[in-house]
Order: sequence, then C-alpha cells, then structure tokens
Amino acid sequence: MNEPVKTTYREAMREALREALRRDDRVFLMGEDVGRYGGCFAVSLGLLEEFGPDRIRDTPLSESAFVGAGIGAAIAGMRPIVEIMTVNFSLLALDQILNNAATLLHMSGGQIGVPLVIRMTTGAGRQLAAQHSHSLEGWYAHIPGLRIVAPATLDDARGMLWAALEDPDPVLIFEHGGLYNTSGELATDAGTADIARAAVRRPGSHVSVIAYGGTLGKALMAAEELSSDGIEAEVIDLRTLRPLDDETIMDSVRRTHRVVLVDEGWRSGSLSAEITARIVEQAFYDLDSPIERVCTAEVPIPYAKHLEDAAIPQVEDVLAAVRRAVGDGG
Amino acid sequence: MTRAKNALAEHRRELLRQMLRIRRFEEKCVELYSAAKIRGFLHLYIGEEAVAVGALQALTPGDKVVSTYREHGHALVRGIPASSIMAEMYGRMNGCSHGRGGSMHLFDTERRFYGGNAIVGGGLPLAIGLALADRMRGEQRVTACFFGDGAVAEGEFHECLNLAALWELPVLFCCENNLYAMGTALAIEHKQTDLAMRASTYEMPAWPVDGMDVLAVEETASHAAEAVREGGGPHFLELRTYRFRAHSMYDPDRYRDRAEIEEWKRRDPIDALVRREKISSDEMTVIDKEVAGEISDAIEFAEAGELEPVESLTRFVYSPGSPGGGPP
Repeated sequence: MNEPVKTTYREAMREALREALRRDDRVFLMGEDVGRYGGCFAVSLGLLEEFGPDRIRDTPLSESAFVGAGIGAAIAGMRPIVEIMTVNFSLLALDQILNNAATLLHMSGGQIGVPLVIRMTTGAGRQLAAQHSHSLEGWYAHIPGLRIVAPATLDDARGMLWAALEDPDPVLIFEHGGLYNTSGELATDAGTADIARAAVRRPGSHVSVIAYGGTLGKALMAAEELSSDGIEAEVIDLRTLRPLDDETIMDSVRRTHRVVLVDEGWRSGSLSAEITARIVEQAFYDLDSPIERVCTAEVPIPYAKHLEDAAIPQVEDVLAAVRRAVGDGG
Repeated sequence: MTRAKNALAEHRRELLRQMLRIRRFEEKCVELYSAAKIRGFLHLYIGEEAVAVGALQALTPGDKVVSTYREHGHALVRGIPASSIMAEMYGRMNGCSHGRGGSMHLFDTERRFYGGNAIVGGGLPLAIGLALADRMRGEQRVTACFFGDGAVAEGEFHECLNLAALWELPVLFCCENNLYAMGTALAIEHKQTDLAMRASTYEMPAWPVDGMDVLAVEETASHAAEAVREGGGPHFLELRTYRFRAHSMYDPDRYRDRAEIEEWKRRDPIDALVRREKISSDEMTVIDKEVAGEISDAIEFAEAGELEPVESLTRFVYSPGSPGGGPP
C-alpha cells in the first residue's frame, strides 16, 4: 500500500468521480450546478475544466427530467452519475426513481437493466431546516429493485462509487451533509469498496451499536467513552441499507446479546424498525435486553440550533441507550 | 411510372393492413377480456390507428420508441410479434415481458421498444435519456416518444421539452391528442388547447397533424424524423385523433356525447384509406383473412404458453450480476 495522504470526505468523493470519468468514457455526471458552480457542496469542483461540459453537465432545475434522462441514457449503454442536491429535492424525481429505475428490469421480464448511479446529500445538523435536512434513505431502502448505500468513511467515499457504477442495477448513494469536511488519511491507491456487506468498525463484546452514514461517528465517539467505563461496544457500520447484511448484524448480536440502533431517520416505519424486526425474527432468543433505538424525533427538522440538536441523535443519547441496554445506571 | 405507381399502391395497402392488424387485434382483445382470458387494465387504440401506423413509418430499425399504456398499436407496428403481445396479456412466460408487464407494459429491446409506460408523462424523461445517449455517441438515431394530451398538464412534459430543446436532443415528440385525459376533456384541463403552439414556445418545430389521415401522419412524421436525424434537434407533432372506445374496459364513457363519437367515427382512418385508395371488397377480404390468421395464431401461441413457476416470483428484481447475489 502506498503512503497514505491526508484528505477529506469531499475530496475522496471527487477523486472517485475523477477516476470513474477517466476509466470509462461512458461515465458522465449531470445535475444542478455540478459544472460551473462546482457542485452545491463543491464535490465536483474542477471537474468541468478537466472533462468538459459534455461529461460534466449542468441541468435545469428539472429533477424528474434529468433523473429520467439518466435512466434512459443508462438503458442505452451509458454510465451516468446523476447528482441531486438533497434528498428532499429527490422527491421531485420520485416518479422516475420508483416507477422507472426500480421497476423496468422486472416489468420488462429482465430485458431492461438500469445501471444508473444517483448521488444525493442527506441528513441534518447544519441548521438548514425542514426542507433540506431530512434522512429519507430509509424510504428508498423500502423499494425492491434499488441498492442503497451510505458511505460513512473516507475509504467508502472513495471506493463505493466505482462499485456502484459496476452494478448492473440502479444504486443510490447517500452522502450525509455533515461528512464532507471530515478529514483523515486515505491510501493513495485506495480501491473499490464492497457494496454488499456491513463492516464492524470497532470490535466489542458487551453491546452491538448499529449505525450508518452520519450516525457512525457519533456511535464511535460513544463507544470510546463507554470503554473508559468498562463497557466494550461493537460498532457496526451498515454501509449498504438495501440489501441489509443480516449475517454481519446477527453474528454480532449473537455475541453481544444487546443492541442499540442509531438512525437519523424518524423512528416510525424506519430502517431501525426494519432491523429491529429482523433481529427479533432471526435472533430473538439471543437477546438479553430489549432493543434500544436512537432515532430522530418525529418532527420536521427545525432551524434553531438547540432544537435541531434535540431532534437528531446525539452522542449522549447513544450513551444513555447503551447504558439502558447493558443495565448500567438505567 | 407504372412501377412507381404500383409500389405506392402496394405501400398504401400495407398501411391499411397495419391499421387493420391493430383494429382486429384489439377487437379480439375485447372478446378475450369478456371471457376473462385477459385481465387488468386494457386500453384500446381503436380509432387512433393512423397515428401509430403513419408515425412509425418514419423510423429505421436502429431508432427507438417509448410509448404509453395505450401501446398495442405501436408495439404491433414496430414489429413485436402479435403472438408475444397476446401471450403477455395472458400473463404467460412467452409474453414479450415474461408475463410481468401485461397490456400496459410491453417491451422488446431487440426492436428498441422501451415500453409501455403507465404513468402519464413518465416516458418522456426516459426518451430524453435514450436520445441523450445517442447524441453523446454521435449516432444518428431518432427516439420517437408517444404520449397523450393528458401528459401536457404534467410537469415532466415541460421539463422534458425544455431539456430536449436546450440540449438539441434527437427526439420526435408524438402527442396523441384524442381530446380526453381519461374522462376529462382537453378544454376542461387546459386554458390553451393548441398543443402544437404551446410546444413551439420551447423553440422546437411543432406541427398539428390530422391524426385520422394515415398518409398525412406518415408524410409529416417522415419529414420531422428526417430533420431530427440530420441534427435539427427535437420536433413535435400534435396528432389530432379520437378513440372510438372508452378509456379502458372499466370506463362506462359517461363524459362523451354520443353524437360526438358518431361524428368522429365517420372519419374512421381505415374507411378513409379504403375509400381513397379504392380498395375493392375482394381485396379487403384477402387482407382481413390474412390478419385474422395472424391473430388466431397469436391466441394459439398465448394459450400454449406456460405460467412462470411461483418460485421465480422475485426473478428480474435484480440482475444476475448484482453484488452479493441480489437482495433482499
């Protein structure tokens, strides 16, 4: 492995885009402000100059048209990457994502695959209020025909895109807005990431803390603090929200017997609810305590900082949930 | 001279035969629906045959077609065998969508027929993308996109016309204006009912065409498709037509005046061509017999088709190459 370099999540994602555009001339990026502006979150900054306006394609504010155009181009043999500014805006393209991208292969009896990649920002924590902050990836994970991934680390930001482009079916990549500035070290030859499996980010034996995307960092911080109290939490990064990697989840649960789920989605009808159900179905007799869930309060995300902080999962919430689960101070 | 004349007569006889194929195929579908052989929604194209037959003459095998849930006509003219369309309606494995789509979702990639879209306006973005791929690769292809007047009220319509014009995409927009969005008349839905005029505001050539006249449709579509193929950007045809039957088999058709329907039936595109070309009743009998044979063969094929084993229910949800072997 080459010497690691210091980089950010944003730069890792940009490098992934650059590599994909260089490796495969069928790849192109399209979306609102991806070119001249450099991307709403500056992910694609500089790519227009390098690859030109044909492959770094600014679109009108027409989510349905450009997502559908991505589907059509993918069917016709291209490898489009469509960027949607935020998951809230993706609702304007929901018809194309659900009624076309997710269904065409099945509806056509296997004739029409849609090798499309859609990237979008998700999540709260930046005081952007109720139309720019939601975590709806759990909704998308409800839909058969889609693959849903949530890179939480630099390696995944760098490696998931190429894997998604190689997938013959549509892949939605959810990038938590709070992660773009996270920095760390990444090998210069960091390669493709697996998009089928969850990962154990921290081994532990007392409790399984299951998180993804924007909540992984909080789960790891909580685990560090718990460790000083003698509680060893195993932290699982789901990475792929559909299909869920039941094997990795159940393997951990069977060893720790206690579960805390950390999900920035709303609790009702959520991804955390689905995982809870699967654990109950597959590992009920391995549990020593009720499953704990740390989710976003059932409220549109508010603007004021103290209210937003109170609405979304925080490290203290994870700590309290783990302590309840292990029966320590609960 | 005589040879050219004969060729022309031969071609027009073929247009007639294609329209009759659609008409008789769908009349048979009604019978089969009543006999519960076909279920689900069944939207008939009867009355609108000149549109599909005329417009699709303009395409080459390498061109692409995107259609709506009222697409039996487009599918038949594009060359999907009547047998595999019928088998699809029977829900059999030998159907053109493997029994997964039914009447509203006919697909055939070999003939570049990309559905069968049952969301009004939902096919337009797809057509834009197919055309974008052709344009990016420098291929001189046309994507014909069929949709109804109802789609003009959808946001996707306006997004797509703008994008197609902006990026100069090789799309031939074929708006089948049959005057009703299901049960709601055009004038009840739109302040401005001149659809070609509205399309022209997106800076693309747009023409209204008599959709009951197969020769007029063919001529205009050929002209437009040629311009699209030559790099002239998207073109728009408003094909003014009428469906003689109700919206679907569930529709009691309470919203249309009987006199209006009768008035349009007097403009039946099949009768019009027969009169114009002076096709004799003997000749009609020959064509009808040929078409009837094709349809009875199709039914036989569908009846003989196997049902997909239920164990294969989740087949085609993910591709065989899906990482991890495919969800859930």
